[in-house]
Amino acid sequence: MAKRVGMEVAIAAAEAVGMCNVDVAACYPITPQSHIAEHLSDIVADGRSDTEYITVESEHSAISAVMGASGTGARAYTATSSQGLMLMHEILPIVSAMRLPICIAVANRAVSGPLNILNDHSDIMPQRDAGWIVMFTENGQEAVDMSIQSFKIAEREDVMLPVAVNIDGFQLTHMVEPIEFPDQKDVNKFLPPARKPYATLHPDKVVTMGAFAMSDIFSEMMKAKNEVLKNSKKAILEVWDEWERMFGRRYRPIETHRTDDAEVLLVTMGSMGETAEIAVDEMRDKGVPVGLVKIRLWRPFPFEEFKDAVKKAKLLIVTDRAVSFGGPGGPVFSEIKSALYHEKNRPVICDYIIGLGGRDVAVSDFVTMMEQAIKDNEKDTIKEYEFYGVTE
Amino acid sequence: MKKEKKWPEAWHEVNVGAMVFEPCSAREYHTGSWKARRPVWDNTRCIKCGLCYIFCPEGCISQNEEGFFEADLNYCKGCGICAHECWPKAITMQEE
Repeated sequence: MAKRVGMEVAIAAAEAVGMCNVDVAACYPITPQSHIAEHLSDIVADGRSDTEYITVESEHSAISAVMGASGTGARAYTATSSQGLMLMHEILPIVSAMRLPICIAVANRAVSGPLNILNDHSDIMPQRDAGWIVMFTENGQEAVDMSIQSFKIAEREDVMLPVAVNIDGFQLTHMVEPIEFPDQKDVNKFLPPARKPYATLHPDKVVTMGAFAMSDIFSEMMKAKNEVLKNSKKAILEVWDEWERMFGRRYRPIETHRTDDAEVLLVTMGSMGETAEIAVDEMRDKGVPVGLVKIRLWRPFPFEEFKDAVKKAKLLIVTDRAVSFGGPGGPVFSEIKSALYHEKNRPVICDYIIGLGGRDVAVSDFVTMMEQAIKDNEKDTIKEYEFYGVTE
Repeated sequence: MKKEKKWPEAWHEVNVGAMVFEPCSAREYHTGSWKARRPVWDNTRCIKCGLCYIFCPEGCISQNEEGFFEADLNYCKGCGICAHECWPKAITMQEE
């Protein structure tokens, strides 16, 4: 059993990437991702990883550089946040369309404006439909584990898709947490030291990547891309099973906490899951049958697992860390509502938009949300969605 | 035996990442299908100056053995620049 060490999560995530034999990395520093970019650069400078670290002038260049590197067969990595991810946006769907298994850490931060450097999910949500595998971490250990897993998932022959690992900015990246690092020799066993690329850019064996396609074949290509992303769930589950066998920690697309016999379920995604767990325990102590459902895998969305987790619920309290302006509330809420539309026994669903731009959400806030939603539901006055705790 | 297809047609025939493994095959992909108009030459007016050949942004106009010019309609997008530049007015754009 490896020893636990106290370490800042961003540093730990960089350490994890440093164990993955990454060939090429290009990161442009941006708060709160900076410590990942800086520490990975230190690891390379100290000779602990023979990664080619490209210093780029923007995030658009960072993702473009690793895309080209990945095209040559390299294992490639980048990390960013907020405006940086928005600048990468143009390239993200191209990476997935070209089936290049790049891994990215997103240290989630609110998107401007107004300028705000703190945590919410408004940066990853606009990238939802880029065709990437998108997953959320809840604590430092998961940030380490999932960073390593992401390369294995991305590079599998039946996947070959980029993976985004979301690590809540500050709430996770800047916290010092106890982390258990796997041994390097075990990581080498889990993750082969080199990729087995489907094709590589090489002058001796010519291949065209990113070619032109008109309406006669474009739809077919989009369907092919959708199918491979949907099917990647099977591979993700297999990788997580292997991880559990080797390292003892279990990962599932939907995690649950005290959901058996729960009629009221709270839904979170990302680092607030742990706070919500304590709130659920407090409610349980008071005798209220509540439970917690945590979404780990956002794309491909685990419809089957989610429906199974909420099948007995009468009230579903969804929380969102981003707004779909002029839309149905938050993006997680709209996803869940549409997922349950065809179910015979649909729960009442409401949405609280919380923790925008780093606003703290305490245990007591989750308790208030649950109590309020239960009361409103009894009186039949429940609102579809609201900005929780907003000053009126 | 199943006849091998030159290009993918169904979604499951698409190469991984839509990669193309045959070098210099771009010319076999006929990109002229979206044109709404095509250039038609009146060779009695043509003075063989070659302006259409020079101005064609697609590079799809070539000179035939008699010295007159023709567009390869597999690539012509129907932009009409050739007709616009042709000062003896030998080229007219016809609706497809």
